[in-house]
Amino acid sequence: MAEKPKVAFYWCASCGGCEEAVVDLEEQILKVVDAVDIVLWPVALDFKRRDIEAMPDQSIAVAFINGGIRMSEQEEWVHMLRKKARIVVAFGACAHLGGIPGLANLADRRRIFDTVYREVPTQEGQPGTFPQESSEPDGNRLALPAFWDEVKALDQVIDVDYYLPGCAPPPKLIWGAIEAILTGALPPKGAVLSPNKACCDDCPRKDSKPDKIELTEIKRPATHVADPDLCFLAQGFVCLGPATRSGCGNPCIEGNMPCRGCMGPMDDVFDQGAKFLSAFASILAPKTEAEIDRLLDQIPDPVGTFYRFSLPKSLLHRRRPGATV
Amino acid sequence: MATTAFEPRIVAFFCNWCTYTASDLAGTARLAYEPTAPVIRVMCSGRVDPQFVLKALQEGADGVLIGGCHPGDCHYQEGNYKTLRRFRLLKRILSQFGVEDERVRLEWISASEGDRVQHVINEMTDQLRKLGPWHARS
Repeated sequence: MAEKPKVAFYWCASCGGCEEAVVDLEEQILKVVDAVDIVLWPVALDFKRRDIEAMPDQSIAVAFINGGIRMSEQEEWVHMLRKKARIVVAFGACAHLGGIPGLANLADRRRIFDTVYREVPTQEGQPGTFPQESSEPDGNRLALPAFWDEVKALDQVIDVDYYLPGCAPPPKLIWGAIEAILTGALPPKGAVLSPNKACCDDCPRKDSKPDKIELTEIKRPATHVADPDLCFLAQGFVCLGPATRSGCGNPCIEGNMPCRGCMGPMDDVFDQGAKFLSAFASILAPKTEAEIDRLLDQIPDPVGTFYRFSLPKSLLHRRRPGATV
Repeated sequence: MATTAFEPRIVAFFCNWCTYTASDLAGTARLAYEPTAPVIRVMCSGRVDPQFVLKALQEGADGVLIGGCHPGDCHYQEGNYKTLRRFRLLKRILSQFGVEDERVRLEWISASEGDRVQHVINEMTDQLRKLGPWHARS
């Protein structure tokens, strides 16, 4: 029997939801296991770094890597996987765009460190005890990975062949990608493996969107219950549908939650947050500066809302280091 | 290595009907002003996608100036109101990114206000000289 193609799954700065998404393939996962040899999957199987290091370059057919890159160890792993794998797929919003961990780019290493180890009120243990990249307790040298000043998307660290978007990627898209790889029916390099049209295009509430929207109030899911049938934008909720790629199958909309933008932008958009900002500002009613500002005060964290999953891949990547404003 | 004084680079987006015509008038009237702001003519200030502003900063501009018709005077009726709303929201995002207020500016300048173009570009150039370069990494 011919050797089965080798597949690796790896995780970086991520939550584990992307591993769940693989399990969500349900019985289809048996077909995957039949067709391929899984050589690395830290969440489920006990392979070590040295096992991968010992493999010849280019011997892995495809590496699915999820999570943003924010530590030296993650950087080492993805460089190694890039060498060993013929195809690298950025799996999920964090690897694709930086994702939720990427919101740390509004702060920096020092700020995060101070918050977690000095200022947080629930801190227990010995005050003044900080993790060190290198230490020698009782004469034994211990090393911890270095924590970077910013979070990066996978393609800001290594060359990426394909992107599977979403938080987490929908099983249908995962299966589609695996089938395409197994049969060799792959799109051109660099493609995002999901349809290139806006979420609104597939939205079950599409027909309820009026021709013209003029908002005088902005609502939040935390403070208002949305009508389950009407367009979220028409109701005054920030819904990122117009600036977000479709293919997710609308689970949020069906759960009566507006789109948060996890599938990322469509092709040709180079800044998802700015693109959404542009669309959203155009459906606000006020015409004077004072009235506009009053309405905008109802969005407490515009960057966190519009760039929730895409800050490291935005045009400015991060808050400017040392900024005073 | 010889050091040269910092001269800011401003990307100016002027609408065809008002501010661009005003800058033309400033030229015809031989009003001298700082050569820091190459103008990109757009049909309406509402055409200025917020991505353009971020892209300019990312690619090395130190400031961005958007010029449009006064409220109520838009050639397309509503375009400059959309500009204003986008601009007010964009300013909030820019501040979270650490971009100082003076770097991105919106001005209503009608076709007859050549002197206003001169004043705004001179003033903005001065402010940016004091502020120093915007080092956005690519």
